[in-house]
Amino acid sequence: MIKSLLNKLGFASAPFAGGITPDMCKWTENAAIEDCPLPPLFIVPIKQHIGQACSPLVQVGDLVLRGQKIAKSEGYLSVPIHAPTSGKVIKIEEHAIPHPSGMGLTSIFIEPDGKDERDTSLAGLDNWQTLDPAELRERVRLCGIAGLGGAAFPTFIKLLKDKRNPIETIILNGIECEPFLTNDHRLMVENSAEIVHGLQIIMHMVDAKKAIIAIEDNKLDAINAMQQALSSIGNDTISVASLPTRYPQGSEKQLIESLTGKQVPIGKLPMHAGVLCQNIATVKAINDAIMLGYAITDRIITVSGDAVPKPTNMRVRLGTPMRFIYAQRGLENFDGIQILHGGPMMGERMRHPDIPVVKSSTGLLAITDARIKPAHQVEDPCIRCGHCSEVCPISLVPNLLADHCRNDQLEKAADYDLFDCIECGACSYVCPSHIPLVHYFRYGKGQTAQVRREQSFAEVSRLRSEGRDARLQREKDEKAAKRRKVRDTLRSESVLNPDNDAKAKTSPTTKDKE
Amino acid sequence: MLIHLSSPHIHSGDSIRATMFAVILALIPAGIISVYLFGWLAVFLILLCMFGCMLTEFIALKWMGRSTAPVMDGSAALTGLLLALTLPASIPWWMALLGSVFAIGLGKQVYGGLGYNPFNPALSARIILLVSFPLQMTTWLIPMHLGMSAIDLYDFASAWQLFTLGASSLPHALDAITMASPLGHVKTEWSQGIGVSEALRAYDYSYLDAFIGRETGSLGETSALALLIGGIYLLARHTITWHIPFSFIATVAVLAAIASMIDPNHYTPPLFHMLAGGLILCAFFMATDPVSSPVTPVGQIVFGIGCGVITWCIRTWGGYPEGAMFAVVLMNCAVPLIDHYCRPTVYGKRGSES
Repeated sequence: MIKSLLNKLGFASAPFAGGITPDMCKWTENAAIEDCPLPPLFIVPIKQHIGQACSPLVQVGDLVLRGQKIAKSEGYLSVPIHAPTSGKVIKIEEHAIPHPSGMGLTSIFIEPDGKDERDTSLAGLDNWQTLDPAELRERVRLCGIAGLGGAAFPTFIKLLKDKRNPIETIILNGIECEPFLTNDHRLMVENSAEIVHGLQIIMHMVDAKKAIIAIEDNKLDAINAMQQALSSIGNDTISVASLPTRYPQGSEKQLIESLTGKQVPIGKLPMHAGVLCQNIATVKAINDAIMLGYAITDRIITVSGDAVPKPTNMRVRLGTPMRFIYAQRGLENFDGIQILHGGPMMGERMRHPDIPVVKSSTGLLAITDARIKPAHQVEDPCIRCGHCSEVCPISLVPNLLADHCRNDQLEKAADYDLFDCIECGACSYVCPSHIPLVHYFRYGKGQTAQVRREQSFAEVSRLRSEGRDARLQREKDEKAAKRRKVRDTLRSESVLNPDNDAKAKTSPTTKDKE
Repeated sequence: MLIHLSSPHIHSGDSIRATMFAVILALIPAGIISVYLFGWLAVFLILLCMFGCMLTEFIALKWMGRSTAPVMDGSAALTGLLLALTLPASIPWWMALLGSVFAIGLGKQVYGGLGYNPFNPALSARIILLVSFPLQMTTWLIPMHLGMSAIDLYDFASAWQLFTLGASSLPHALDAITMASPLGHVKTEWSQGIGVSEALRAYDYSYLDAFIGRETGSLGETSALALLIGGIYLLARHTITWHIPFSFIATVAVLAAIASMIDPNHYTPPLFHMLAGGLILCAFFMATDPVSSPVTPVGQIVFGIGCGVITWCIRTWGGYPEGAMFAVVLMNCAVPLIDHYCRPTVYGKRGSES
């Protein structure tokens, strides 16, 4: 109690800089995971990860099985896409994907046949302990696993065993600091054994000496479940760390600071600090891929928000339209309701519910306008109270930075470390003037990228135009030189032979005469 | 109408209005002490200044063709309250009203309104008044609890007469109702060659009375206890942080301690400095004005130390007995520079440089 008072007065040090403690609204923390039925039509976008899009392997009319590869990866930063159930490909065309702009992407439409047959071409690798990590890594890639915490970064890339940057510690991220979301929480309670097994697999893959399962202290049942799973296998290289609840502790860099007290240097990755962070659901997916040969075809999604009559956690096939999922939970009319993809702090607002869920879909929230409005009021002038600076986990000065972004002073904004912002939204959350600070930072980042593009274009144009000028000048010089040469030879000839000129003049006439 | 729908989609519920009313609430103990000391006069002055500030804000906004909604956000009312608490009780009503017009008109709206003023509006008005009307601004009424005053300020009619017609309208000589403030007393005595301890003994100075607020001075600056109650409330509510008040008061105390160790007969002791004049009022309520103070914690400590040094220097060597308000306004000038150079170290920067 004294500590919380000191914390309130700003005397005690927090596990990481800044942070906030919003109302967590974990309404679904005791709701067991339910299976979502198959929708009448799946829409599977050909890119569900950070990196290059895949190219379709199937054609309209093809029959596919659950877990069958339907789009192959193009390039290194990519993982393949798999069919969510057995059925028929009915069309391949562009469809809206989960993106705040409402943009579309080529998607494969699959009509389920209801049999839900699984592709069994990949066998389980029960003997993983004796296998080469590279082989396991290829399996993780083949099974299409990307970070299921929301970023969807291709997981196999992080599992590279690199002699230059050996991994000492694996941090299993069970923080789930976003309000409303409980999908990782429920997975830890219900599938603790698989998670621990998956963790052992990746420890083998990167040859890590120890692992920490980090869970916030508002999930005591998850902490207990993980501890029980650990004690039943008698492993002492894995430990469970209970951390005080604080947003954005689930952010990789903040979590590393909380657990180790060290910061990841700017421009470096956690692996340079000997740390590998993995999300709970991703590790479960790795376990299924190695032990059962299952490609990723579903994920746990929290369906919640004050507009959802029956909030819960669901195991949903990838490619299921959001409208179908909401309908399962009793929400059909979307008037006066905002749809959020992800949590309320970093999630994106969807313009309509006819969008499929993908690998990065952690939560589907439906919030009434009345509840969401206070967060989106018209902004008042900044009173420089400094609360934004206090809560920033990166130690930026958000109000000054936002001024520079708003005034298009992009160089100054970069000097105020705009590009270190992780867009966690803590500053906007506390701002008494309701200034959408993160929105200004996104604008600033976008403008900077645009200016850089224009600059590089201008640079190319300048080089091209300079090259052209140089070429023209060179040609002119060459011509002049040639002319001079001709003139010089003519002159020297005419000096030698004075009536040469007269001859030349007269020659056509002689020709005519002939 | 939802203007933008960029994340985050939830909010803490804090607002400018809540912040301003919290500060007003925190000043209520000091207001009660002022009524205890100066009776109805304190009530009249506080209401007049608050009303004057809000009216000026309304006229200024109307004149500029802006929305008049900010009149009710509590910031103008707070400026009026703060201004009233820095005024001597005997000030003529029209001076107080003029001060309110200065505070909002010249201190705030000419810069573009809330959030854009470089100086604390209440303090800049206080300084304009002090420079323009030095006599009236340094005349201190004898507080009621001493029982020595020739007029009864608890009586509505006589307080109203003093308020509306001024001290010159009273049948009493000015000496019969006024006295010197502790800071002013020590300063005048020293100029006549009388040492600190002797001067304080002659004044009948008591640290306990100074702490509770049983002494003369501006309306709201006398009681350290009442101001500390309000200050701790603001700290607990997280409206202000400890950085500015602590560094401000501690700097004054340290300088006073060093000086009084060197020559206790000339320099007043640290506790006297901390309890005297407007130091605590300025440290907790003026210097922490978010608009005109630095944003970052390091900057706030630098700001507080600067305020402390200037306060002590003016009190010790300056022409005025009190320097806390000058210190705050002078340091306000330095805020953009402090903000620029006192930025916190960004995550991961320390590691990348080593």
